[in-house]
Amino acid sequence: MWAFFHKLGSPKWFFDIAGRCIPWFAGSSIALLVLGMVWGLLFAPPDYQQGDSYRIIFIHVPSSALAMSCYVMMAVAGAIHLVWRMKLADVFAKAAAPVGAALTFLGLFTGSVWGKPTWGTWWVWDARLTSMLILLFLYLGIIALRAAIEDPQTSARAVSVLTLVGVVNIPIIKYSVNWWNTLHQTATFTLTNKPTMPPSMYLPLLVMLLAFYLFFAWIVCVRMQNEILEREKRTRWVRELVTPATARR
Amino acid sequence: MTARMTDQSSQDLTSTSPTTGLLSAFLVTVKRDLLLAFRRRQDLLNPPLFFVIVVTLFPLGVSPDPVFLAKAAPGVVWVAALLATLLSLDHLFRHDQDDGTLEQFILLPQPLAWLVLARILAHWLVSGLPLILLSPLLGTMLHLGGNLTGVLCLTLLLGTPVLSLIGAIGAALTVGLRGGGVLLSLLVLPLYIPVLIFGTGTVMAASDALPVDGYFAILGALLALAITLSPLAAAAALRISVSNG
Repeated sequence: MWAFFHKLGSPKWFFDIAGRCIPWFAGSSIALLVLGMVWGLLFAPPDYQQGDSYRIIFIHVPSSALAMSCYVMMAVAGAIHLVWRMKLADVFAKAAAPVGAALTFLGLFTGSVWGKPTWGTWWVWDARLTSMLILLFLYLGIIALRAAIEDPQTSARAVSVLTLVGVVNIPIIKYSVNWWNTLHQTATFTLTNKPTMPPSMYLPLLVMLLAFYLFFAWIVCVRMQNEILEREKRTRWVRELVTPATARR
Repeated sequence: MTARMTDQSSQDLTSTSPTTGLLSAFLVTVKRDLLLAFRRRQDLLNPPLFFVIVVTLFPLGVSPDPVFLAKAAPGVVWVAALLATLLSLDHLFRHDQDDGTLEQFILLPQPLAWLVLARILAHWLVSGLPLILLSPLLGTMLHLGGNLTGVLCLTLLLGTPVLSLIGAIGAALTVGLRGGGVLLSLLVLPLYIPVLIFGTGTVMAASDALPVDGYFAILGALLALAITLSPLAAAAALRISVSNG
């Protein structure tokens, strides 16, 4: 267990492992994305109330769910980085932040597009929408802080602290926004009160969820590899890796 | 004059022994920060002035209708208080960072989080308290009514310390950065949202003649949580920022 943990701290070891995993992540996520899309968009039955417009759920739910779990993963990585000073944890946090922000935006965007036909408006100050918007702000703050501090070690630790502060705040924000919404609640619609889904609808959703996670793993591995190359560019193994074998002699 | 005061009070700080001087170190830190704040009177006046001007903009920009203003008043006052606190946060550690006092401060034998709490208290006394004292005036100008103005003041009393406490984390993270002010607001404002929601929610509930005890309890809980956790986070952030050099 500890040997594995120490190995995880070695950028070179991770670079090799990631390189071996990437084709698998890429292949399986593309296959599942195609399967889930075709199943969800063409073969799943239309909703009895919303017709075909509900099909955006197959993009909306996976991206929103992943956006939230990505933040939690970053917070765990931040804690690991602060406690054990493990460089790879920070490489992960740096690689994942823009992906998480993009997924949050995608969740908001698809939610808004879905809101237009079902609710008749692009934006409602619904608790869920608002807390996702705040999550987007938190992501952007983290990215901005990382960009503002030049020294990479300092920025890594500062971002770790900020991510942890954010993760403590997220439940409070979520709770307060829910509470605020119920206070002002008019007779509106909620996302949670949907009719229970039949398997023909939720199975493709599960496939899409899995596909999004694999896609996330793929993209983050690629981004982490790039980041490792950038950070370790002065080491021998990176130099040997990037110079062609003929030029080395 | 300012420099001499700084020297004298930092001597006071270092002379306290590590185990016994917790309370005296706290008091000396508060005293020093208050003294420095009163030596820079203009910095002291700017946030309350800003607060009043922002509130004045709303009737001018939206509508002078008394019914509308009374409805909007809690939100307007709270948003203005948020922005005024943000404006003053940048000074919390920056002057000390510029003249090197901050490094000495971190080297003190007393726990850093404890001293950071003292500085936050001093910051609240000079930036949060004036806003509370001004809010009855603004409440009257916004046609809020006597009873509701009292409730608004109480929410500010419980809420503005939370703003200073959370803001200190952001100030500590951005202390060494050029142009840290804008970044600071980007980091801190999303974290202020719960305080804003419960602060304005209390006044709105009171205006609907609903019981407000629960709302005050939640504001108090937010304050208790912020007092216990945010000095630790701010101290950690301060060490990180200063180690950068």
